[in-house]
Amino acid sequence: MMILSGDPPRSRVLTLVLVVIILALAATPFLFPGAKALNVAAKICVFAALVASYDLLLGYTGSVSFAHTMFYGIGSYAIAIALYGMGSNWAAVATGIAVGLPLAALLALAIGLFSLRVAAIFFAMITLAVASAFQVLASQLSWLTGGEDGRSFQLPELLRPGTVLISKNLFGFEVNGRILTYYLVFTVSALMILALLRVVNSPFGRVLQAIRENRFRAEALGFRTVFHLTYANCLAALVAASAGILNALWLRYAGPDTSLSFSIMLDILLMVVIGGMGTIYGAIIGASIFILAQNYLQSLMGAASTAASEAGLPLLPGLLHPDRWLLWLGLLFIASVYFFPTGVVGRLRNPAGDKSGGSSH
Amino acid sequence: MTELAANDPLPKPKRDVAPILLPIALALLMIPLIGSTSSWLTLTAASLAMGMMIFIMASGLTLVFGLMDVLNFGHGAFIAVGAYVATLVLAPFAASIQADSLWVNLAVLAPAALLSMAVSGALGLLVERVLILPVYGQHLKQILMTTGGLIVAEQMLYALWGPQIIPMPLPSSLRGSFILGDVAIAKYRVLAMLIGLAIFIAIQLVLNRSKLGLLIRAGVENREMVEALGYRIRRLFLGVFMTGSALAGLGGVMWALYREQVHASMSEDLTVLIFIVVIIGGLGSIGGCFIGAILVAMVANYGGFLLPKLALVSNILLMVAILMWRPRGLYAVTSR
Repeated sequence: MMILSGDPPRSRVLTLVLVVIILALAATPFLFPGAKALNVAAKICVFAALVASYDLLLGYTGSVSFAHTMFYGIGSYAIAIALYGMGSNWAAVATGIAVGLPLAALLALAIGLFSLRVAAIFFAMITLAVASAFQVLASQLSWLTGGEDGRSFQLPELLRPGTVLISKNLFGFEVNGRILTYYLVFTVSALMILALLRVVNSPFGRVLQAIRENRFRAEALGFRTVFHLTYANCLAALVAASAGILNALWLRYAGPDTSLSFSIMLDILLMVVIGGMGTIYGAIIGASIFILAQNYLQSLMGAASTAASEAGLPLLPGLLHPDRWLLWLGLLFIASVYFFPTGVVGRLRNPAGDKSGGSSH
Repeated sequence: MTELAANDPLPKPKRDVAPILLPIALALLMIPLIGSTSSWLTLTAASLAMGMMIFIMASGLTLVFGLMDVLNFGHGAFIAVGAYVATLVLAPFAASIQADSLWVNLAVLAPAALLSMAVSGALGLLVERVLILPVYGQHLKQILMTTGGLIVAEQMLYALWGPQIIPMPLPSSLRGSFILGDVAIAKYRVLAMLIGLAIFIAIQLVLNRSKLGLLIRAGVENREMVEALGYRIRRLFLGVFMTGSALAGLGGVMWALYREQVHASMSEDLTVLIFIVVIIGGLGSIGGCFIGAILVAMVANYGGFLLPKLALVSNILLMVAILMWRPRGLYAVTSR
């Protein structure tokens, strides 16, 4: 229990599901051959960490930030620009990390301090405005960021797919640089989620929950809510930037569509809400469900759309088109905020559907 | 504080003029920077026209918040829906749009705008009943629900009209400019300015001179008290919400004509812009929203002329500057 910071899943089904997900992710390179399965698994790892860090803000402090993809993008771009500019060596990786993480933390500090000065209700709007300005900035500064095309780069020798670490005839499968990169992503993501679990179960995390429930009362009890909220913001930004670094390392690319776009922000929101706000475990569940659906259900939608158009039904082919995938997610999102505000984890922990677990402010 | 004698008139609330002077000062300051008077006049007219359009879109959002403490992240959807609905009328009557008579043009434009307002308003009714009613008083859920609503509305637009950009040409009589000496002012901008000003005056008259407006202003200041006096503030709010949605739809039509194109992504882009405007103006304040819209448009136009590179972040800088000066926006109406 030490490793879970004394906050176990508290539900037999949930434990089982989590164990299955984590084992499947850990064994993906050997269980599911093929590039697609590995890509999906890596994306689940990265997003589980990213969503968990967003949960720290949304679920534990109750503040809605629309700037989370900005920090994710800062991490991605930092590593991409460093590797692109300095060549594919470990010094470039270190530079990317050394520039990206402090930059994200500083920006989070600036936004935090600024939005303290103004009414709390402005926070969501200000983060949305800042994030959209940052997105425009990233696509305009094309000498640095590569504009809409983004930056592709080479990884250091050790992490390249061509590097064979353990040859095939030893165990029956090849362990190459790609698989090593996958385990890097997996391990760092897992460590970050465990660290977040530690944070939310610390006295600091309890204060965050107190602020979520009643900011004035928390302040009256003598907690410096300003300090706590800003600190939580910076922590979340650091984890998000790290997730961005992992994502860029995995994709060997950073561009506006993969790391900055507003639709990623929506994806994160959906994953948190579906998984369950304020649970951290919800991030793993939400990310797994969402990304599996995104990668495998979309083709089903395509098939359904074709079938509907062959049957001559009006409107349905358009609605079922794979590009309209967000439409159904949006409906699912509204339905889950409305009917299951505690998400999958909340439901599994409390099947009676007691609503006391949901946060309202 | 001075003592009041029994029959002295009650002290009037102090008029806060500093925010009103701000856009005027900004415009005057720009004269030497821009250099030529004619380009300054053109830019100022462009800013006023753009500001009026933004004001029309943002006015509903600020009132909805002020009155009912509802943060509507889906407000941009009404804008896009309005613009798309207008194409339903404008596309079949393309010939009348290209006719060379102002009256023929307006005979098509006016029904298109009215239909847009009706559809946006009806959508507002739906959104209020389905998305907002269940989560009154819960900001977090309001933000989530209305964000979900924005996604669904935008995707429905894509599903119904397809993902391509739809051209929306200006009527021929509204093309071109009025030339006064060496100053050129686009005709459509004059129209936009007139409509915006008319709507601003209408809103101000309703708010300040009618019983309805009295109730709305009272509700913004203290909702419980209005309820305690026996008024059904929920119904009042629904009316304000629908009016705000309809105005957003009208703003969408005007914006689409201004850009001469319609695309579903306009809802997201404009959401950011109108958020900045209502934050600058102070949530709940119509006057603040009006000044905020003009300021944002001025910064966009002057900034785009003087420092095109800076134009990307100029809105954010403006917002930061205003909030540093007045942390609750230009006019802080609500006590929240």
